[in-house]
Amino acid sequence: MHNRSFVLGVSLVLFVALVAIFADVLAPYDPLRSNFRTRFVAPNAEHWFGTDHFGRDLLSRVIYGGRVSLTIGFFVVLVTGIAGTAIGAIAGYFRRLDNPLMRLMDALMAFPAILLAIVISAVLGASIVNVVIALSIATSPHTARIVRGSVLVVREMEYVEAGRALGASELRLLFGHVLINALAPLIVRLTYVFAIAILAEAVLSYIGVGPPPPTPTFGNIIAGERDFMETAPWTMIFPGLAIVISVLGLNLLGDGLRDVLDPRMKL
Amino acid sequence: MARFIVRRLLIAIPVLLLVSLMSFAVIWLVPGDPASVFLDAGATPEQLAQVRHRLGLDEPFYLQMIAWYGRILHGDLGQSILLNRGVAAAIVERLPVTLSLTGLALVFASVMGVVAGLLAAMRHASWTDQSIMVLALVGLSVPEFWFGLMMIFAFAVRLHWFPAGDFVPLTQSFVGWWRSMAMPAFTLAAVQMGFIARMTRSAMLEVLGQDFIRTADSKGLPWSVVVTRHGLPNALVPILTVIGIVTGGLLGGAVVIEQVFSLPGVGRLVIGAVLSRDFPVIQGTLLFVAVIYLLINLVVDVLYAVVDPRVRLE
Repeated sequence: MHNRSFVLGVSLVLFVALVAIFADVLAPYDPLRSNFRTRFVAPNAEHWFGTDHFGRDLLSRVIYGGRVSLTIGFFVVLVTGIAGTAIGAIAGYFRRLDNPLMRLMDALMAFPAILLAIVISAVLGASIVNVVIALSIATSPHTARIVRGSVLVVREMEYVEAGRALGASELRLLFGHVLINALAPLIVRLTYVFAIAILAEAVLSYIGVGPPPPTPTFGNIIAGERDFMETAPWTMIFPGLAIVISVLGLNLLGDGLRDVLDPRMKL
Repeated sequence: MARFIVRRLLIAIPVLLLVSLMSFAVIWLVPGDPASVFLDAGATPEQLAQVRHRLGLDEPFYLQMIAWYGRILHGDLGQSILLNRGVAAAIVERLPVTLSLTGLALVFASVMGVVAGLLAAMRHASWTDQSIMVLALVGLSVPEFWFGLMMIFAFAVRLHWFPAGDFVPLTQSFVGWWRSMAMPAFTLAAVQMGFIARMTRSAMLEVLGQDFIRTADSKGLPWSVVVTRHGLPNALVPILTVIGIVTGGLLGGAVVIEQVFSLPGVGRLVIGAVLSRDFPVIQGTLLFVAVIYLLINLVVDVLYAVVDPRVRLE
């Protein structure tokens, strides 16, 4: 059962990633070209997902939107991975910095992550880069806490002591012995961060503080069409399903990785 | 017990100070001059200076901070720029909506999540277990704002079962309140339910494998009694933990759900302020929400100590 869902997760993630990478080849139309003669065409053979209120092909917009949303997710994972690891490793390894750093993280975590991201993105000014910054600030503290937790366990291991006895420098011990062995929970967490980032980008765009239109993202396709829900429900349904498929794939992948890499965290 | 609570309160103080600092510091994130956000490009330097003075931005930052701490200790969160009223008053006015929404959602999520998790654990590896877990995972993967839009489309636009928007206070009419709240609260709860169900299931599976469960079972107790009297109480700590985390998620989710269902709560207040750059409202609401979250954590920690006496002695 676990194996099956892991395989399903990998397949979904691969599918979504490939569609995003080959968007130019796969998208049947230009996602930005409007045509007022084809407004609100219901899904048919020519427009599989129908068209929106500008007459733009929805399938093409979802494909290109996926590219933007996944790119944002990827960079959030990258920044969170680096920042969260650095903060967590420093707090866990250099004990004097533990208290101040972790109290800072506690304070950041006291704000609901999505509210924090909305405020930061809006204040910095809506753009793809600022969305990445906002989401990374919102997701890093929890990641740092996870890394710190595993560093605290690993640093007491005998092989670390052995390394120290052999005269290895503190930095070498930290990178070569401690961090490497504290990686598993981080990888699992980052898979979930990817999923969270895709969901959060959609929310930010929906609120109006995401990447500005006409650039399609999963979120702002839905945001742009919400007034036409009654006449053209397909403009809501398909982009939403695209989000669900991407996030579901990542969640399945995360669950699978957790079972493989870190059996103690089994749910 | 009292000592435990006092110690827990003392730990919260530095975090509280940091939280209020961060809430205030939001205004420093504005690229360039925050005052220029409120005026068009043709504003005179005098006008800019006036706005800056009104926001206190013409003072050195430590004086700004001292003034801010001084005010919040008196419960004064400042004046809204656009609403023409105090921030604290604006929050208090909108609080019943947000409390109704998150409270009802918490009840939905906890009851349905725990029941689903229990069912899955009791029928481990069965068809019921698998479908509950699949449902929980799909729930975790659905964007709540989109789910809300779908709910509005299905139950308000097409079926006319529920009105879309229009909050009715509980004090005015229970039926009206329920009709205006049921759909948003369910939407908000749907995502979080998955977390609770997954955690309940795994905590229960762990407990159900213990020796005392086998003993209870073999002395002839009905299985339902074994699970509810011997199993569930011992799985409460992880379940409480996740319900605490979920409450934080509900607070954040409420911001979005209020927007989707046009409910006049604290979430809509802060989104409106974010979109119009009404900084005193943003700062005040951020602080308010974070303090509520810290209080919830405190309550959860105290509940641990109630449920599991070992926590008190630690």
